[in-house]
Amino acid sequence: MTFANLKTAAALGFILGAVALGFIPLLWLGIAHGFSAVDAYLPRVVAFTLKQAFLSTALSLLIALPVALAFARRQFWGRDVLLRIFSLPLALPAIVAILGIVGIYGNNGILGGYFSIYGLSGIVFAHVFFNMPMAVRLILTRLEAIPAENFRLAAQLKFTSREIFRFIEWPQLAPALTGIASLIFLLCTASFAVVLILGGGPQATTLEVAIYQSLRLDFDPARASILALAQLITCATLVLLAGRYATQAQVFPKTLAKIQRYDGTSWGSLLVDFAAIVFGAVIVIPPIISVIYTGIFKIHLDAALGRATLTSLVIGLASACLSLILGWILADAAARHASPKFRSALTLTSLASLIMPPAVLATGWFVSLAQVADVGRLAIFLVIVLNGLMALPFIWSPLFPAIEESFQRHDRLCSSLGVRGLARLKLIDLPVLRRPLALAFLMAVIVSLGDLSAITLFGSDSFVTLPALIFKQMGHYRMADAAGTAVVLTAFCFALITLAQRWSLRP
Amino acid sequence: MFRLFAAIFALSTLVSYAQAKETLTIYTYESFISEWGPGAKIKDSFEKTCDCTIEWVGLGDGVATLNRLKLEGANTKADVVLGLDTGLTAEAVATGLFGKHEVDKALAKTPEPWTDDYFMPYDYAHFAVIYDTEKMQAPPKSLDELVNGDPTQKIVLEDPRSSTPGLGFLLWMKSVYGDKAADAWKKLQPRVLTFTPGWTEAYGLFTKGEAPMVLSYTTSPAYHMVVENTSRYQAAAFSEGHYLQIEVAGLIAASPEKALAQKFLNFMMTPGFQDFIPTNNWMLPAGTTREPLPEAFSKIVVPAKTLLFSPDEVAKNHRAWIDEWLNALSK
Repeated sequence: MTFANLKTAAALGFILGAVALGFIPLLWLGIAHGFSAVDAYLPRVVAFTLKQAFLSTALSLLIALPVALAFARRQFWGRDVLLRIFSLPLALPAIVAILGIVGIYGNNGILGGYFSIYGLSGIVFAHVFFNMPMAVRLILTRLEAIPAENFRLAAQLKFTSREIFRFIEWPQLAPALTGIASLIFLLCTASFAVVLILGGGPQATTLEVAIYQSLRLDFDPARASILALAQLITCATLVLLAGRYATQAQVFPKTLAKIQRYDGTSWGSLLVDFAAIVFGAVIVIPPIISVIYTGIFKIHLDAALGRATLTSLVIGLASACLSLILGWILADAAARHASPKFRSALTLTSLASLIMPPAVLATGWFVSLAQVADVGRLAIFLVIVLNGLMALPFIWSPLFPAIEESFQRHDRLCSSLGVRGLARLKLIDLPVLRRPLALAFLMAVIVSLGDLSAITLFGSDSFVTLPALIFKQMGHYRMADAAGTAVVLTAFCFALITLAQRWSLRP
Repeated sequence: MFRLFAAIFALSTLVSYAQAKETLTIYTYESFISEWGPGAKIKDSFEKTCDCTIEWVGLGDGVATLNRLKLEGANTKADVVLGLDTGLTAEAVATGLFGKHEVDKALAKTPEPWTDDYFMPYDYAHFAVIYDTEKMQAPPKSLDELVNGDPTQKIVLEDPRSSTPGLGFLLWMKSVYGDKAADAWKKLQPRVLTFTPGWTEAYGLFTKGEAPMVLSYTTSPAYHMVVENTSRYQAAAFSEGHYLQIEVAGLIAASPEKALAQKFLNFMMTPGFQDFIPTNNWMLPAGTTREPLPEAFSKIVVPAKTLLFSPDEVAKNHRAWIDEWLNALSK
């Protein structure tokens, strides 16, 4: 077994082991308690889960695509800042984002009354708010990976914007789009807080909610494991189906020249791009402004806030490191193996945490570990591992296509020149992977920073992150303090995003 | 990276010293021991009465605490469990983990005489619809008026599947409407803005001005009066009566610290514990306090009638009643 294989086996073993450690004890409990019958409510739940996820995914991508194309074509003042703001929704805990959305579009909001933010339309809107900007970032990374020469050639051939899209941009995007769509679809399937808060009632219930109910209220591990199995089968089928449509990325010879676009100079095209960017911004920015406006003068500076910021940073960085290591190894392995089945299996593994609900994992881990250790003392590590797994899908999307491309372009050359190990990392991989790596790491940090579920599941009072602090403050009637803490969280993420961007653009 | 992990490890092991004295491990819900909760003050106050240490273990909420016990079974580290309510005690006793408290039941100052051998109450409050006086001049005077009232005046409720107040309201509806509860839910449905996963989200939406009413406790206005000095948010008194939540504590029969646990349960009924309940946990004390309650508490709604199912009834029926709610509203 070579070192690369060993690494892959270790990473796969870690992830699958964690999932098994979560699911098997629950299945055991289920068998011990005797499985309960599946009622008529379940098919309705599955149908609603898929319906809202499908609508949310379609709408997110339909909006994200023109916005990303416009961003790729245009350079303008404020572009970088706008893109950084587009990374923020991912960092906001659901309740904070929802209060922001409510502040703008709610019954009492500035733009309230145009559409109902409760019920299906509200769920879909909130999902678009979270996922559309993320899709823009992911699509844009792919577009920026197109070599500058292609656009020069296109200009010589007098390609219109439409022809550029057809012959240059689309072939580059198509293989990545199925991955992005799967990611958004699974995120919406696994959505919990958004569905409950904005759903308006039990007619809007996802499998995730039903699983939570059976684990919590009914303490019925048998039912929970059946529901988790239903979720596993539904999601795995969808991901594998999507994988069949994923074509291999096209590889262009590439220099590090800066992209210069020659198309889209007409007024009409300028107007379309302007409209697309404004439309995207109008969805993303007002709720964030609402969050900041509500809390900016209410920041309650005290030791608890300082501690929470530090704890968030430590947990965010540690989970992101774990996630990046696992994601990099898996993506590297997927790039090396031409077998589409093996690739699908690896993609599926990277999505494990979206397919297996965190509540199931947490309960199973507790049962397994309680036999051998004091789970209370392990809580911080479990939170880091769970967050790391939850961030993995966000690592995979930007990293895998980039690694695949780099591998196809450089691997043979490296082998024939004998460039290996650290030297290869420093000379070959890092320079071309710098941007996707930075984006992947950033997304992982942000997802972990904004996460509330892992920390709630292991419910430890010895460490409090910023989202946990917001929730505690709200739970003690301190809505104003919570609004202030939300501003700190937002500002903190913005600073991290800025740092990551600086690093990725460094020559 | 290694240093980071080392630091985290060091941090988490630091907590584990200070175990020389007798230690009483108490499982409770998170907010009881958070910065603003009564936990830390009660710990100080109890530790003065004995040569011992209290170790709090915070777990989500009452339901999460009970689930933790079910998962741990006989291996539990808890000596005392504090923070279940009377909707959960029958299930808790059924685990076989709890022992009798042997505290004088007459010490309990609950709206109805206390009879439970396994659990002692430490605080209580009635559920109530809280309304915003700036948006609503004529709040409903009964549950029936709420159910049949103007559907443009919305209320934020909590989901009974994930929240204790949500389940409380479901029981309230059931105790007033009985077999006709499903119809009443259908009538109420257009008035419900949404069912949130927990109290926190519901109260957040309410104070954000999304709806003029929210399901909370009769004690909520006291918080706004004491801390924020405003009487904007008030509880609506309902003529059918209000459903009661009583929070209780019990001891683990097999605990090696059973004597200390019993001592703690006795202490729980005295001012050393009870004094910290009103303005930290925002509930009414179920034992004796040293001073009378702050003035704001004299202004809160005192229900004409208390509604409460027995723990056994709740344990036996709650699943069926939730399914009834689910079926009434999900079509």
